[in-house]
Amino acid sequence: MNMHMTSQVDSASGVVQAETVIEARGLDLVFGSGDTSVQALKDINLTIDKGDFVSFIGPSGCGKTTFLRCIAALETPTGGSLTVNGMTPEEARQRRAYGYVFQAAGLYPWRTIAKNIKLPLEIMGYSKAEQEKRVAEVLELVELSGFGGKFPWQLSGGMQQRASIARALAFDADLLLMDEPFGALDEIVRDHLNEQLLKLWARTDKTIGFVTHSIPEAVYLSTKIVVMSPRPGRIHEVIESTLPKERPLDIRDTPEFIKIAHRVREGLRAGHGYE
Amino acid sequence: MKSLVAVLTVLAGIIGIWYLACVPMNIKGVLDAAERGGEVVEPAEAQTRRDLSSLALAAQNGFAVTRVWSVERPRLPAPHQVAWELWDTTVMKKVTSKRSLVFHAQVTLSATLLGFAIGTGLGILLAVGIVHSRVMDMSVMPWAIVSQTIPIIALAPMIIVVLYSIGVQGLLPKAIIAAYLSFFPVVVGMVKGLRSPDHMQLDLMKTYHASKGQVFWKLRLPSSMPYLFASLKIAIAASLVGAIVGELPTGAVAGLGARLLAGSYYGQTVQIWSALFAAAILAAALVALLGLLERVLLGRMGVKA
Repeated sequence: MNMHMTSQVDSASGVVQAETVIEARGLDLVFGSGDTSVQALKDINLTIDKGDFVSFIGPSGCGKTTFLRCIAALETPTGGSLTVNGMTPEEARQRRAYGYVFQAAGLYPWRTIAKNIKLPLEIMGYSKAEQEKRVAEVLELVELSGFGGKFPWQLSGGMQQRASIARALAFDADLLLMDEPFGALDEIVRDHLNEQLLKLWARTDKTIGFVTHSIPEAVYLSTKIVVMSPRPGRIHEVIESTLPKERPLDIRDTPEFIKIAHRVREGLRAGHGYE
Repeated sequence: MKSLVAVLTVLAGIIGIWYLACVPMNIKGVLDAAERGGEVVEPAEAQTRRDLSSLALAAQNGFAVTRVWSVERPRLPAPHQVAWELWDTTVMKKVTSKRSLVFHAQVTLSATLLGFAIGTGLGILLAVGIVHSRVMDMSVMPWAIVSQTIPIIALAPMIIVVLYSIGVQGLLPKAIIAAYLSFFPVVVGMVKGLRSPDHMQLDLMKTYHASKGQVFWKLRLPSSMPYLFASLKIAIAASLVGAIVGELPTGAVAGLGARLLAGSYYGQTVQIWSALFAAAILAAALVALLGLLERVLLGRMGVKA
């Protein structure tokens, strides 16, 4: 199974560059119709390049999760255009272009950790030997080696979430979509997982779309921070991070970090319309 | 240990109430028999006794009270009479004898198990169809519900007559009545179980571009197992009731239902009660067996014991 699609160029449209993974132009999404309709997304324009770590941040109802779900073809936009690897999101989903990590780990309680990670591999028809090899690889990647035989309830919340990330990494998708994956975890576990995620990103060279509520998390992780505002959900500002790719946890005390965090906070405040 | 005491206390309470209930239920018969045997009873005329309450009779004829627990054909047999009858017709008789309850229970059990298998298979198939097809949901579910509003006692003779007219008799008609009762809880439980995966779990399968079949085998079916076992326990008990009811209108000579019917023809209350207890014990054993199977299977599926 050939999964290396990011290097392919869409020859039909000719406008997509080889390095562009996600391209949204004038994207609209309206839920329902008539008086009860809700404009979830309005005029979203965004380009995500290969290797980017993009965070979506904003208050509830700003459409950050909805946009991520549009990329994953779990929602269908009602206007504008959206391409993933030069294809429609639906085609990209059918070619298994992305791994998706939900807010809850959502591991199957009747499967062991190893068997949970095998789930997508079984569905996608990988051979038994290949399954074993990949499970061992990703378990090592999320530092869960030795826990493959455990059932989910035997693991802590943070370990379960790491297992669910391993599950999304097990197959050859260059794009990782994460919807508040650490939202339910405590601060210390969260710091640790953020650090691990950055290492993982550096090692695997994936493109990551990451939804979060937390300003420090967004600034610490991202190369690009998309600040969104609600009613209707739209992009308020896109902030390119000037932080280096190598980021120890204490980078969060540097003036550079604090400056970016301040900009994000200002953006959120302006977009929120509380004044 | 503490719970064992509580359980035994409740059991002793039930048996105590049962023994007490034998007094008002059987006292008139005992006094009539005593009068025929030449003993003096108060009041002397049968007519007067009929108008008196059972408790008043018991109070006036203290000598007769202990006899209410050893009447040959009592209105309400005492617990030890039923227990002895059960012992006598199971352990003391050869299992091939027509007087052996084991023989009758095995006849009913075979119809129960066949009916349970048919009902469970049908129930699961219907549930799979209902979950995957809106048309089936709207067309089959109402009929499944309506089917359970008809009293089985009214329907059973018709099923037997119709099947007899096309040459089917013996085990199968009883099994079909048992299946008729047992498919419904399986349908309801399995529909609920197959629909139990939440949005997130279904979305996850969608991100893998999983086929409907894969979603069924890897997500819906495993999720439904706890629901299935709850349904199966109801279904097997319903199946046994169906098999017994199926034996009543046929004039069957074998089976717990036949035993109940014969008992009521000849006023053999002890026989009726022992057949009832045999049926209850059989049902409890079947449910317990399913419980054991559930624990083994769900244990393998990683459920905390």
